[in-house]
Amino acid sequence: MRNRFLALFLLCFTTSLSMAQDNEPVKMADEMRSSGKIYVVIAVILTILAGLILYVVRLDRKITKLEKSEKH
Amino acid sequence: MKKSWWKVLCVVLLVYTVLAGLLLPVPALRQLQETIRNLYFHVCMWFAMMILFTISVVHSINYLRGLKLQKDLLAKEYASTGVVMGLLGYATGAIWASYTWADPNNPAFASFGSIVREPKLIGAAMALLIYFAYFVLRSSIPDLDKRARVSAVYNIFAYAMLFPSIWIIPRLLPSLHPGQEGNPALNFNDIDARMRMVFYPAVIGWTLLGVWITTLKFRVTLLTEKNWLNAK
Repeated sequence: MRNRFLALFLLCFTTSLSMAQDNEPVKMADEMRSSGKIYVVIAVILTILAGLILYVVRLDRKITKLEKSEKH
Repeated sequence: MKKSWWKVLCVVLLVYTVLAGLLLPVPALRQLQETIRNLYFHVCMWFAMMILFTISVVHSINYLRGLKLQKDLLAKEYASTGVVMGLLGYATGAIWASYTWADPNNPAFASFGSIVREPKLIGAAMALLIYFAYFVLRSSIPDLDKRARVSAVYNIFAYAMLFPSIWIIPRLLPSLHPGQEGNPALNFNDIDARMRMVFYPAVIGWTLLGVWITTLKFRVTLLTEKNWLNAK
């Protein structure tokens, strides 16, 4: 019985330890947001996305042209 | 260009994904921190893969019902775009995991052993390899009708194998993958309402991009193979 109480006591201790760990703030990229550098990342990703979509649109146009010429 | 409303929707949703995905607030979690934004990209690849494989198997079943070769070609193109999405999901997952799961006290290659044992990675690799076998099977049968029939049946088995390999077995085993307690990214405890506002449009956007590329590939196949398709 005593062992069980000891175990319970130790268990409470471990949970309080992990709670203490949870209290410190999680590091997020707040600095990048406040300095506005996040917009640089967005610009880069949007440029890549725009390039890929333009590529797909051009392919689509080309295939449509081929389909039209095949019909005649 | 064949103008369709869903192509416009795809572009709008993807631009929204990038803008809202990087700018809107996300919950601060200890393990993931800012990398939780990868949810809008990495997880969407897997969702898009699953949806494309589903479209593929529907076309395979339709082929077996009517034996129209176009249906079989559609099934093949959807499966191949699905595999591309799956490979992108795998590659992005490898990058993400090496920064969030890897032991910070060891260099990345030293914690390789624990990452390789991940049931999710093994399951996803199995699922993709089964689909690779689908393409090997297709290209090994020269007769068109036999190829279409055998590969349509195989596609149904490949789709059925997705469920144990990526849905069931990884959930039965311990894993470091976030969202291990339930369905990653669908669980209400994992992502909050703010993330859902971006996540669901992102899934639709990436899936539509996959569908768009697939239709392009299918139209090219129709042009190049029209001789024997018209002979039918």
